[in-house]
Amino acid sequence: MEEQTPIEEVGGGPSLFGPPRAPRRREEGARAALIAFASSVLFIVVALWAILSSDAWPAVQRQFFNWSNFVEVFPDVLSGFWLDIRMFVVAEIIILILSLVIAMIRSLRGPAFFPLRALAVIFIDLIRGIPVILLILLLGFGIPALQLPGVPTGALFWGLTALIISYSAYTAEVYRAGIESVHESQRMSARSLGLTQGQALWHVIVPQAIRNVIPALLNGLVSLQKDVALVLVLGIREAVREADIYAAKTFNYTGYIAAALLFLLISVPVARFADWYTNRDRRRKQSVST
Amino acid sequence: MSTAKLELQNVSKAFDDKQVLRDVDLAVDHHEVVCLIGSSGSGKSTMLKCINLLVPIDSGAILLDGADIAAPGVNANQVREEMGIVFQAFNLFPHMTVLDNITLSPRKVHGVKRRVAEETARELLAGFGLSDKVDEYPDRLSGGEQQRVAVIRALATEPDLMLFDEVTSALDPELVAEVLNVIRALKDDGMTMVIATHEMGFARDVADQVCFLDEGRILEHGPPGQIFSSPSEARTQQFLQRIIDAGRL
Repeated sequence: MEEQTPIEEVGGGPSLFGPPRAPRRREEGARAALIAFASSVLFIVVALWAILSSDAWPAVQRQFFNWSNFVEVFPDVLSGFWLDIRMFVVAEIIILILSLVIAMIRSLRGPAFFPLRALAVIFIDLIRGIPVILLILLLGFGIPALQLPGVPTGALFWGLTALIISYSAYTAEVYRAGIESVHESQRMSARSLGLTQGQALWHVIVPQAIRNVIPALLNGLVSLQKDVALVLVLGIREAVREADIYAAKTFNYTGYIAAALLFLLISVPVARFADWYTNRDRRRKQSVST
Repeated sequence: MSTAKLELQNVSKAFDDKQVLRDVDLAVDHHEVVCLIGSSGSGKSTMLKCINLLVPIDSGAILLDGADIAAPGVNANQVREEMGIVFQAFNLFPHMTVLDNITLSPRKVHGVKRRVAEETARELLAGFGLSDKVDEYPDRLSGGEQQRVAVIRALATEPDLMLFDEVTSALDPELVAEVLNVIRALKDDGMTMVIATHEMGFARDVADQVCFLDEGRILEHGPPGQIFSSPSEARTQQFLQRIIDAGRL
């Protein structure tokens, strides 16, 4: 119950690219920012000069940064990327729910729940041990080939299913870490008040657990946002696949750069947000006594 | 058939290789206050958790109003409705307001309507001078206030047996009294209580019976006057001497 010293908030400055340092005075902060800015500009100028003046640059530009190719390929890549985003949103929502259920099952105690617990552990171990791409191939080509009546045969359906299964196993472990980080007294308090295991988990443990693992969940989100492109192996025409088709036709790789730019447009802000949130969360925890 | 409120018969418990309770016998009468004293690791806390069925016992019997609650097939949730327990720390749910902390069990377990549960909670809080904390989150309360709210939360389901597990051990010294006063008030109301504590002055003051635990055994028990003034066991004398040397008695 010791009161911890709150972190000095004054003049903390933006902490966009690293842990915040708290300069003692305002002028010092301004001076530090100026130095950081000047050295960054200098670095970028030198790096650009080095790249643009190298002998290989004209070839690189022709292959990867060709404006007319960019204009030609961009509409296709963009429409493919729109599919990526929709796949990502649908998969992420299902993953967040499914993996929480798996983690809760794994956290149940008592001999009666052993079969359920064992099932959850086996699922997580098996799925985490298989490369995502293999799972996508296995479900995406394998199951439609069985031609089972009533079972969907769409590549998109099975590609997404493979992603969801794979990421659910990982995310379940993230949730479980969160559940285990909640103090044992919380569980005991809840049980002593007459709450069942399920009620204790749902009302008391899980809300705290989720709060503890939001940074890790955000990391998984960034990762999935890129990995949805893996379904291209099933021939689904998402952004990377479109760029691939264009490259095969023209031997020009500007389409890949276009796709990369689109992915970065989403993943960099989310990664920054995850960092910002983690820092804020840590500072808040340090300034609040328990 | 026993007439005691609570009776432990030959209760033993081991965690892996470590024997934490050895053939514990204890009878607590209605409206009686029993204090458990002894050094850390002597089994006080485990004993309370066993009584609340949070920790299953290896052998023996625990009788509540004459019925064995440690027997197989007993509904632990039903048993827990009849008793409240407060721990050393981390009792309150940090993501809920004081009011929600107190009304959670009445609403979810006992099916009380939110409005009714909140009314009861407000009355209880007012009774303990905590009316202004109704909508606060636990991290905005002092340690003493947190523990008082935890006691109130346990009382909200109207138990007739209360268990206290070193509820003041994690508090700053100046906050200890306000929590102990709540327990004193409960004694005046006739609540049956089992209290594990390191506050010897309080134990001497409030207990009808004091048990000295040593390595999982109740080595000595009796009225506080006898235990504190003329303990018969060497281990008890040694323990109390160390407390006196530390200026805590």
